[in-house]
Formats: sequence, structure tokens, C-alpha cells
Amino acid sequence: MSNIIKITIDGRECTARPGQTVLEAAAANGIYIPSLCRFEGLKPAGSCRVCTVRVGGRYQASCTFPVSEGMAVESAVPDLEDMRKAIVEMLFVEGNHMCPTCEKSGNCELQALAYRFRMLVPRFPYLFPKKAVEPAGSKLLMEQNRCIKCLRCATGIRTKDNKKVFGPLHRSVEKKLFVDPALASALPERWARKAMDRCPVGCILRKEVGFAVPVGRRKYDKAPIGSDIEKPRS
Amino acid sequence: MPKGIIETVVARHRKDRTRLLDIVRDVREELGRITPEDTALIAASLGVSTIEVEGVVTFYHFFGNEAAGTYAVYLNTNIVAAMKGSTAIKAVFEKAAGVPFGNVTPDGRIGLHETSCIGMNDQEPSAIINGTIFTRLTPAKAKALVTAMEAGKDIRKLAVPLGDGANASKVVRSMVHNNIRRKGPVLFAPFRSGSALKKAASLSPEDVIAEVKRANLLGRGGAGFPTGLKWEFCRREKGQPHYVVCNADEGEPGTFKDRVILTEMPHLLFEGMALAGYAIGASEGVLYLRGEYAYLKPHLEKVLAGMRRKKWLGTGIAGKRGFTFDIAVMLGAGAYICGEESALIESAQGNRGEPRDRPPFPVQNGYFGKPTTVNNVETLCAAARILAKGADWFKTLGTPRSAGTKVLSVSGDCKKPGVYEVPFGLSVASLLAMAGGGDARAVQVGGPSGACIPRAQFERAIAFEDLATGGSVIVFGPERDLFEVVRNFMDFFVEESCGWCTPCRVGNVLLKRELEKIMAGKGTVRDLEEIEAWGKMIKATSRCGLGQTSPNPILTTLQNFREMYMAKVDAGRAFISEFDLEEAIRPAVAVTGQKPAGHAAEADHE
Repeated sequence: MSNIIKITIDGRECTARPGQTVLEAAAANGIYIPSLCRFEGLKPAGSCRVCTVRVGGRYQASCTFPVSEGMAVESAVPDLEDMRKAIVEMLFVEGNHMCPTCEKSGNCELQALAYRFRMLVPRFPYLFPKKAVEPAGSKLLMEQNRCIKCLRCATGIRTKDNKKVFGPLHRSVEKKLFVDPALASALPERWARKAMDRCPVGCILRKEVGFAVPVGRRKYDKAPIGSDIEKPRS
Repeated sequence: MPKGIIETVVARHRKDRTRLLDIVRDVREELGRITPEDTALIAASLGVSTIEVEGVVTFYHFFGNEAAGTYAVYLNTNIVAAMKGSTAIKAVFEKAAGVPFGNVTPDGRIGLHETSCIGMNDQEPSAIINGTIFTRLTPAKAKALVTAMEAGKDIRKLAVPLGDGANASKVVRSMVHNNIRRKGPVLFAPFRSGSALKKAASLSPEDVIAEVKRANLLGRGGAGFPTGLKWEFCRREKGQPHYVVCNADEGEPGTFKDRVILTEMPHLLFEGMALAGYAIGASEGVLYLRGEYAYLKPHLEKVLAGMRRKKWLGTGIAGKRGFTFDIAVMLGAGAYICGEESALIESAQGNRGEPRDRPPFPVQNGYFGKPTTVNNVETLCAAARILAKGADWFKTLGTPRSAGTKVLSVSGDCKKPGVYEVPFGLSVASLLAMAGGGDARAVQVGGPSGACIPRAQFERAIAFEDLATGGSVIVFGPERDLFEVVRNFMDFFVEESCGWCTPCRVGNVLLKRELEKIMAGKGTVRDLEEIEAWGKMIKATSRCGLGQTSPNPILTTLQNFREMYMAKVDAGRAFISEFDLEEAIRPAVAVTGQKPAGHAAEADHE
């Protein structure tokens, strides 16, 4: 059995390894599939659906869907790009996102994707939910207006004895992420920072620290999201 | 002391985190509530974080309310309940108890809560009070119930008169009626205990699978996956042990046929589960029963005990060495999404009922990560009948592509609501004639996630090749406002979305708003185009079957009853402002007494 799988992405021939997801294989071949909830090294949740592709006429989240021999993937096609943009727009209207006053501006992946998709005004009406800024233990704040329920915090931040520090509450549009306050307070400084850094938006914030890097010199101020992966078509 | 009670309950469940739903249910029953403090105590006893337990508690409808009331009334508000008068019943409950729905009386005695379909559509209006079902409620009965609850009476004693069949038995003692209108040869024919198991035991597991495959048995939950193939995939998996899970979480609004099967034919079902276990190489089975049907649990346990005594369960089943199988009944707690097989498995493991990513499928990675076959109640019953009577006999029923019969739950505007076992291929019109719903304007086939079809399509057949359905059939008479139907269904999907993925969590809310905009006469043709485009997008990008079908109430009515939408939108205009200036400044005008300069109406037209 061969250890190399051949697939095509938008007609481009790519090689992949068994067990890779479509998104990983694409990245390894210099193709960027926009994604939001995924975080390198964490089990993908498949929650945001921004990375949706089409395989054999069926829609799949490329962050969770495994490659198989001969697979033909459609990704950067107009209708899929529009769906991705729509999902980003949904996330904007679901919360209350005020980029100019957000600590994460310039480092925010939601904002970066909105720029990438050239979003001006969401096609959907704003829902203007009433959300609060909540203390999450002694070290962290959760700005619930900005949470996009990506589940990175729930998946990735655990105590030494593997207890969940973050987790989802409720369901439907009422769903929210919160913490076990005692465990969150006891997080070592490094992990508290990690929680903030892993949050793709400005929801999880380390108290008393902010704007260490000025707006204008942040990650996506320098280069658009995905540009580290994308290679021009040869 | 809550602490002592909670620790006792947790110990009773052997401090097993995977039994969290049972633990929460027991604690709630003993304390009459679950406060954040209780949650923290449960978490401490189990050695997990509070957020983990809170996450589970707040996920399930029947756990969610911190204070449910000593008597927790859950009134069904689905569309058929509304058609049969639940709104009036609601008003009576509110007046008599003195609090609006969503609240508990100040003394904590009576809690009034709304709930979605509880599987009693053929006997609405209905409610669940502390687990006891009350059907065919009238204003007088509702008032009497409140008086009895205020007097502290035993609620179970008020559930009279009792229903028919096993509903009237000592162990069930329920008001629920079976309403079996048509008995077919597969599900509701007499069945001699052991006949399927004896036959199975005389064959090899592979031959059992071959027989089920030969019968062309397709999954009765609605998706129609070939059962024999599923079993074959599962059997081939190397991981051990294997499990059989029966999906008895029928939650599609309008379906109730599994309830009747569980009441009258549980022995047929359990034989089906046992032979499935034999076929796939499993010795353990789980029946996941929807929380609304908790009243049937003692009945099912009793049937299981009887089967163990007769050696139809346990070791050496049907005298065959190595044929070992037993079944545990687990309860859900009010979450439609748990009817999705991977969400059901998560829930059965004591987690939030959130679907998993597939692949891997349950046959590879199911219950506790082991190879698992998840089958519908009706499917397993049909499998037992196939073994007892043979694949050839089974294939004489139905159509070439859809063998056998289908049990339908018929409700709504018809004279004879109830359960009908019919051969596949029956037309909607023939079904309506049987049920006394001939003048229907529309029929919802397959529940909200299915399709709403007009008279012009009543000749279509109920079969996998035409109208595939899990069994819910709701009839809407000539006078029904289908917009209200669609809105009720969208409310349901908004509420029941697990919230995991963006398109389902947010998209359904947006679709519902758009629908309400149209219903309010503020829509344009452009809104109809948008609603269609958004609906397609939600279907395409959602993670599981819920979001992949939730736009159907809107999309199928838009397709089949477009004139209804066109009559609501102003075809001549591309834009109608949703913003009503006069309404917006009304409070300011009232406070200041000043009228704005100029005419508000003019400012509205840009």
C-alpha cells in the first residue's frame, strides 16, 4: 500500500498522506482553505464551517474530513467562497463586534477573514444580543459580545490533571462558553496567556494586560490571513 | 442536607461520570431543583470541573430550569397542540396558578414550562407533570389539576381515565391511548416470543445478516440506510466489544409510533436487538428512551425481566452456547438533537448531546469509541419479524425498492388520528382517506424536517423512492394558516439546535426573522430570494442532519405554496423599511409631549 495519496483541489494535483484532513493536505500543497475554529495542534471541532469544501457533490468541513485516493475537492469556487463569507457575516451579526475598541484588532482571525472576503456590511440583519463582560476567575475576562463559539478554549485549555477549564453552557443561539472559576483562577500565568492567545477573537482576555503591541503593527496588519500558506499557482 | 443527598446519589451510580444524566435526574428528583451549588457538589463528587457538569445540566430541556417547581408542568406547544387548543389550556394554567409560563409560583410549588412535541400528537392538548402524562386536556381538567397541585395531591392519581392496552396495566397506569388504527403484518401482528431468536440461533451470524440484507430492510428512522449492510460493517470491525444501540428518542414533531410500539410490542423489539447483537457480535445493548417516555421505563424493565427469566436474554439464549445478550434502558432528558445517532451516543455516555464529526461512523467509533450499530425501534422490530417469517415473505410487502411496511403517526386535521401500519407505496391520498382527512389543504410528511406538500401532490407514494419519512404525518385542513405552521417549526429548530456549528445556530434565527418579516407584510420579492439562498446555504454547510434539514419548512412551502408568500410581499417594491419612525419616537413623544417637526411619514420614505 502506497503512503502517498493523490488528490486534486480545484483541479490542481496534490499529494497527501493517509490520515491527513483535506485542509492539512491543502496547506501542505500551498493551498489555503480559509478556516477559523481550527487551531494547529488541537483536535478540530468543525464548529465554524468556514472551511467547507465540496467533495463528490457533498459539502464537508475540510478541517475534519480525511483525504482518500483520487478525491476531487472543490474549494476556491464562487459559491463556496460566498458561503464562507456568509458564515463570517453570520458570526458578525450574532455578536457585537466593535473592532476599533477591541484589544484583539489586528490579531483577530474573524476580522482578518472579513478583510480577506472583502466584507463591507453583513447581508444579514444584526441580532444585537445583550451580552456581558464577565470575570472568568481572577486572571481572565470573557467579553461575551465577541465569542464565536469556536470551542478552542474548551478543547485546548485543561488543568494538569486533565480537568476542563472552559466549556459550553446551554444550547442553540443561547450557547455560551464559560469557565470553572476556581480552576481558571488557578491557571499558571503561561496558560492564562495561552487561553487568550488561542482565542481567535477578543473574547478571552488576560486582565491588566493589553495593547502590548500597538494596533498597526500586529499580525494581520503586516500580512493578510492565509498568506503564509498560499503559494501562487505555478 | 443537599451535600449528603448528592453524595449518596453519586455513590449509587458508582461515581461514574458517564452516568451523569442519571445522577442529575436523581438529584433533581430528590431536591426538586438543581442550583449552581448543587452542580458544584456533583462536580466535586465526580472529580470533574463544575463547567463540565453545568454544560450537561444546561443542555437538556428537562434539567435546564434551576427551579422547576415541586410540580413541574411541561405543556406541549407544538403546532398540533396549538391546533387542538393548547393556547386556551395555557391561559387556564396561568390564571389558576397565578404566574405566566416560564415561571414558578412564589411558594415554589407549581412551575409552568412550555415544551416541544412530547409524542402525543394524536391526543392533544397534552402535558407532562413530574413525568406523568396528561392527555386530551380541557380547561376544566387543567383547572382541576392546578387545584390538586395546590393541595399537594399525588399527581399520578389524577391521570384518569386510563388509556387502552398496556397503558392501563398496573405498571404503566397512564392516560395515554395507543390509537392503533391499522395493524399491519410486520409490526402489530401477533408475535410468538422467541420465534425470531430461535431462528437466529439456528443460523450463523453471517447468515442472519444475509437474511436481513436479502429482505432489503432499510432504516426506518427516515434516512433509509440498509440495515444488513450496517450490521455487516459493524461485524467486520476489529475493536471490542461491539454494541447495539436502539434509538428510541423519536423527537420529530408529529411522530409517536415508537411510543405505541414500545407500549405494545416491546418483546418484538428486544428480540430484534438481541439478534442484532448476535449478528454483529455484541453482548450488550442499550435502549435510549426519550425523556418524555420515562413513564414507559418500568414497563420495559418488566418485559426485560420476563425475557431474562425465559432465557430470551442473558447467556445461552435459545439454548445456543455463546449467544449472550442483555439490554439496559437509558433515559434522555429532552433534546431533539439526541435522535441523531452520534449525538445519542454522546448523550448515552453522559455528555451534552452534540453530534460527532463523521467519518468515523458509529459502526467504527460508536458507544465508548467501540463499533456500534444504532438502529431505530421500528427497524429492529422489522428485523425480528424478518427472521421469524423470512425475507421472501417480507419482500412480498411494499414496493420493489421499499420492502415491508411503514408505521405512520398521523395527526392534525383528521378524524382518526393515530398509528397506521401500511405497506410502502401507499399514496398520501389513500392514507388521508383512511384517516378521515380528505379535505386537507396540505400534509407535512416526515415532520418539520420533511416536506409540506399540496393537494396536487397527494398521489405521491410513501416510500423511500418518493416521499421518505420517519413516520410523522401531520394533516392541515383547508382553513389552516401555513405561515403559523412554518413559524412554529422554525421556533422548534431554533430552540433545538445544539449550537455547535455557525450555520445552524445563527442561520435558523436569521431565517425565522426573515419569515416573520414577510408575515408582518414587510417583505419584498427580494426577501423571498434571500430566504431561499440562505436556506440552501444553511443546508449545505451545517454539521449534522438538524441544520441540513431545518430550512425545509420554509423552503418546501416556498416551493409548493409560493402564492401564499407572493400574497404577503409587495411585488412592486424592492425595499420596504423595517424601521418605523413613528413607532420609534413614540416613547419620546409621550414623555416630552412634543411632536416632531414635519411629518414622520415623509421621513420614512427615502
